[in-house]
Amino acid sequence: MKKLVLSQMIVRNLLDRIAHIMQRILLHVFLMAFGFVMLMPFLWMVTTSLKPRELVRSAPHLIPTHFHWQNYVIALNAAPFGKYYLNTIIVVLGIVISQLLLSSLAGYAFARLRFPGKNIIFLILLSTMMMPYYITLIPSYLIIRTLGLVNTHLGLILPFLVSAFGIFLFRQYYIGFPKDLEDKALIDGCSRLQIWLYIYLPLSKPCLAALGTFAFLFAWNSFLWPLVITTDPDMWTIQLGLAMFSGKYGTEWTYLMAGTTISVIPAIALFMIFQKYYIKHLALSARLR
Amino acid sequence: MARVLIKNLVKRFGKIIAVNNLNLEVKDGEFLVILGPSGCGKTTTLRCIAGLETPDEGEIWIGETLVNDLPPKDRDIAMVFQTYALYPHMTVYDNLAFPLKMRKIPKQEIDVKVKKVAQMLGIRELLDRKPMQLSGGQQQRVALGSAIVREPKLFLMDEPLSNIDAKLRVYMRAEIKKLQKDLGVTTIYVTHDQIEAMAIADRIAVMNKGSLQQVSSPDELYDNPATSFVAGFIGSPPMNLIDCSLIEKDGKLFLDAGEFTINISDLRDILETTRMGSEIVLGIRPEDIIILQRGFKGKEDFNANIYTIEPLGLETIVTVKKGNKLLRIRAPRDFRANINEEVGVLLNKQKIYLFDAKTGKRLYI
Repeated sequence: MKKLVLSQMIVRNLLDRIAHIMQRILLHVFLMAFGFVMLMPFLWMVTTSLKPRELVRSAPHLIPTHFHWQNYVIALNAAPFGKYYLNTIIVVLGIVISQLLLSSLAGYAFARLRFPGKNIIFLILLSTMMMPYYITLIPSYLIIRTLGLVNTHLGLILPFLVSAFGIFLFRQYYIGFPKDLEDKALIDGCSRLQIWLYIYLPLSKPCLAALGTFAFLFAWNSFLWPLVITTDPDMWTIQLGLAMFSGKYGTEWTYLMAGTTISVIPAIALFMIFQKYYIKHLALSARLR
Repeated sequence: MARVLIKNLVKRFGKIIAVNNLNLEVKDGEFLVILGPSGCGKTTTLRCIAGLETPDEGEIWIGETLVNDLPPKDRDIAMVFQTYALYPHMTVYDNLAFPLKMRKIPKQEIDVKVKKVAQMLGIRELLDRKPMQLSGGQQQRVALGSAIVREPKLFLMDEPLSNIDAKLRVYMRAEIKKLQKDLGVTTIYVTHDQIEAMAIADRIAVMNKGSLQQVSSPDELYDNPATSFVAGFIGSPPMNLIDCSLIEKDGKLFLDAGEFTINISDLRDILETTRMGSEIVLGIRPEDIIILQRGFKGKEDFNANIYTIEPLGLETIVTVKKGNKLLRIRAPRDFRANINEEVGVLLNKQKIYLFDAKTGKRLYI
């Protein structure tokens, strides 16, 4: 009797393990297929950048028979990409640093300070997130033109100094901080600004990394605003530079893809460095909802 | 060191009165505990003293200074929080040094003070660690250290032992008491744990529903509670409180609890002023009741049945039931009885307390 029960338990255990392994295999097959779908455009971009010019117009091959590394040299020499890179870095740094600082400061104020109309102001701020970006394009242009900032780095940066989303993100994050921490800092002799600087800001690394990644990707990939606000090619950003390969009568696909590959490297590197914070942020957002 | 004086303090949150006309004096160098249940206003009082809440009415004096309009940093106080409130991104050293840095004290002086306090609290080897790497007791020591290091005029402690386990709590409360005596700094300590309060306080201020009930030494509070609330709050197990009516029968005075009556003719002189038939609360501590078992019965005030028996090692807590009333009695450790067994209950009349049922105030002192 005991032996029968024991063998039944062993069989059940074995079946459970097989079911578990099958589950894992199915999950991995699904994830790999999904991953391949996500990876495909990047793969196509990189292989196209290495194909000969004429091969692009023939029957599609994913992997070229000969790698044309000179496409990169030609693409980089076709326009002052160094200047475009520099312009982009200046604009991106300006936007990212100001968004991080101002969002964190405003988020702290909304989370911790008591002032009249706080909730109404916050609601108004949130409502601006529902406004499509394109609605603000013309008014923003008119303001920047009136300020005489067309064809300047400041003109490229100014409309994106503050982010309502960033303020919302930091406010929600700071609300979760223990109130005692703030009270202790007040007794220890801190002003409100010092509490933000010495206590809240150093504890905001996941939030800073998440918003920093968002702001970076937005600023790096920004095309429409630089197109509107710059007429001088010396002020172009990388995205405008790449658009040069698309002409009226055709597109130089191999050179365009070579330029694009170079332009996405910083974005991918940044994403990889801050991936864990980015995922933490997604988990945080999911919890808030 | 400083004396603290609170005059007519009122604090409201919307329609709720958290602190209602509180008057309290804490003497220079004294260890005063504010004791009360959750929501009685004890923490709000402490936060008003710290400057973290603004009083709606009244005055708070620390030493010779009226501090109502002073920000927390200018009150020369230090506070220990229930959650310890250690800065999680700083090392223990930086946590201890932070209040000194904020006051722009020179680096060498900070180093000397931090190391001295760390030595005093036995946390010197932890100085390089972050709070997350410390046990509850170690975090507690660091929190105490960051309060001591500034050498303030006044310590405020908001339930600082609530988050540590029972064994360590007993040890830490003795440590805190010794530390306070060594430093001689005036201390106001808030807790809901009456045993903790009795163990460490020079004096205890008992609060309930925003009002001060009594301020006395622990012994005085135990022996002479001013209200039925204090009587029921102090002591473990607490005093038995039974609703009764005062009646007179055949020239004798009785307390009628419904299920039983108790002859209290000896107290006639004391109760002269109280009208017959008025509602009274009878209070008697568990150690002032005797259980009479088989062979000793005959002198009991009434009979009751054993409801529960809780052997605690040193003693046994017995609960007896009479009708729907329960009485807790402190019995010797070798007490033996069966559940539902009928026993006699004898009250020590010299040790009973009588309170007005409406006001809760003691009828005689």
